[in-house]
Formats: sequence, structure tokens, C-alpha cells
Amino acid sequence: MSIKVRYFASLKERVGRSEEEATIAESLTADALWRQCVPELPPPEQILVAINLDYADWDSLVKDGDEVAFFPPVTGG
Amino acid sequence: MHVKVTAEPFDPWFEARSYQDAAGQMAGKLGALSLFVGTMRDFNEGDRVTGMVLEHYPGMTERALEKIVQEAAERWPVLDALVVHRVGEIKPADPIVLVAVWTSHRGDAFDASRHIMEALKSKAPFWKKERLQAEGERWVAENTDGYLRRE
Repeated sequence: MSIKVRYFASLKERVGRSEEEATIAESLTADALWRQCVPELPPPEQILVAINLDYADWDSLVKDGDEVAFFPPVTGG
Repeated sequence: MHVKVTAEPFDPWFEARSYQDAAGQMAGKLGALSLFVGTMRDFNEGDRVTGMVLEHYPGMTERALEKIVQEAAERWPVLDALVVHRVGEIKPADPIVLVAVWTSHRGDAFDASRHIMEALKSKAPFWKKERLQAEGERWVAENTDGYLRRE
């Protein structure tokens, strides 16, 4: 199963990439997905999660074909 | 109702004017238009800022803005609304955001417009990276709550 993972803004610089394809064996939480993709860095406290373009929680389930994004607090306007 | 995210500089007065001219069905009912324009300052947190780059999440940003406008339209009797937001390279004095709300009565125009702007500030995926006059660049950490009074 394949997941598209995206990182934005300061987090993108911290992680060192803007996106990647993650292969997972079964549905897992966003938190578990982060730990698989970025094992060197525990999920940063303020980081927000979106699944398929909608806000989600760290314990929301991610499944095959989903797009998951991690990003810092928003600063538009 | 319309939202637009653009990498091109825009003129908020022209945008609001053309949108209102095209929205013929408001004629007669229209009693109030609230226009909010957010503009880039040349200072932030005590430092001179010479420019910035605004990043967004194509797809999610538009969707979040549409949801925010929809929420406002469910809460207040909004005749029409327009949100335009810049992304990319921005210079001081450039308009960053326009929120235009057309209603029959002024209270609804003010309230819906304020709601849209505050929701945008806390929910819409945009990120600012400032270029400092002194030296270097920095990401803006977090937006403040617009309902709190600044010291």
C-alpha cells in the first residue's frame, strides 16, 4: 500500500524534503506514519496533520492511496 | 461566493468592483459591503523586513478558504463574498489578502468579514518566510489572535 506524504514550510526544511511515497503494510495512524518516515525526529508538538486535504488528528487512520501532509501552524493573511 | 489564490500582484479595489459588477442578482437587496485588505508591513517583531515568500498547499488552501466562506454564509445572511489571497514573492505595501462581504445590513457584513478573516488566519494553510534587512530569513512562527488587543 502506498501513501503520498508531504511536508511544508519550516518543517520541509527541517525534514529535508517536500514529499515522498511511503509503503505501508496495513492502515496505520498519522503518528505511526510519521515515525516510519521521519524516524530521527519525534512528532513535533505544534505540527498539524491533514489527510486528503482536510485537517485530521495524529491518531486518525491513514489508508492506501491517501495523501498525508504535515505542516507548522499557519501564518497567512 | 468565490475564493482565489494568486501568485500575481492584485488590486483589491479592482477585484471587489469587478466582482460586484458581475454579481447582478444582488441589486436591490444590497445594503452593505465590507472590505478588508491585509497589506504587507516593512516591520515585524521589531525588525525591518524587506520582502517575504508566502507558501501554500495547492488544493487544500482553496478548499479551506471555501469552507470558511461557507461557514460564514451559514451563520450570517451573506448575499455574496469574495476572498483573494496572494502567494509567492511579496514586497512591503503589496496587498496580501482581500475579504469582501456583501449583505443587506451592516452588522452582518462586519461580523461575517471578521469571522472569515480570523478563521483564515488560524486555519488556511499559508506560511510566511520573511527576508530581514539586517540579514537572513525567518519563518513566521504563528499568527496572533485578532480578537486580542495588542500591547
